[in-house]
Amino acid sequence: MAVRVQQEPFDYGAECAAFAKAASRAGAGAVVTFCGVVRDLPGGGMQRMEIEHYPGMTERALGDIEAQARARWALDAVAIIHRHGPMAPGEMIMMVATGSAHRADAFAAAEFLMDYLKSRAPFWKKEIGAQGAEWVAAKEDDERALDRW
Amino acid sequence: MTLKVLYFAWLRERIGVPREEVDTAAATVGGLIEELRAREERYALAFSDLKALRVALDQELADFDAPLDGVREVAFFPPMTGG
Repeated sequence: MAVRVQQEPFDYGAECAAFAKAASRAGAGAVVTFCGVVRDLPGGGMQRMEIEHYPGMTERALGDIEAQARARWALDAVAIIHRHGPMAPGEMIMMVATGSAHRADAFAAAEFLMDYLKSRAPFWKKEIGAQGAEWVAAKEDDERALDRW
Repeated sequence: MTLKVLYFAWLRERIGVPREEVDTAAATVGGLIEELRAREERYALAFSDLKALRVALDQELADFDAPLDGVREVAFFPPMTGG
């Protein structure tokens, strides 16, 4: 399948259904999908999230992450969609989907894709709340999560 | 040589421009950072803690001691927060 980087929202349900169909045609019997959603700030008051990215490197990094997943697991289909620009709480930020003959590979590859997306794809999140704007800090846990692969 | 230098996220905000052409004689990323730091206070502040920064050379992640030989585009940014 494909890597898509876009500003506009996507229809998660429609994307999942289309992916499942395409994965099935490619021989998959198991499909795993994940989506990330803009959440409110701990105390509330989140107005919007803004995601900056590095056009060019983003597509390369996502393509590379997809290729690594395909090399490690028996995948019949992979999709990554990641948005940039402003989005409101509750809006979907990104999704990954994996299709494989059996579920173990599909689950593992989806987790791998997410771990790598978090800290190896050039996106930066900024949270704009009632108290002002702040860049989201990378978590050490996210970096450590890569060690298990 | 002339490099295209890009800044993202808070680094871009601190330096005040998203990209610029930089004439440099630096042999490595570290050398380039030294030159930038010496330019103006805003660069010195932005590059004060390298642990908080990452670098990409021609759109591939690299180390601060990587050579600039043949490189056209250098990007500096904080740790990524995708997903």
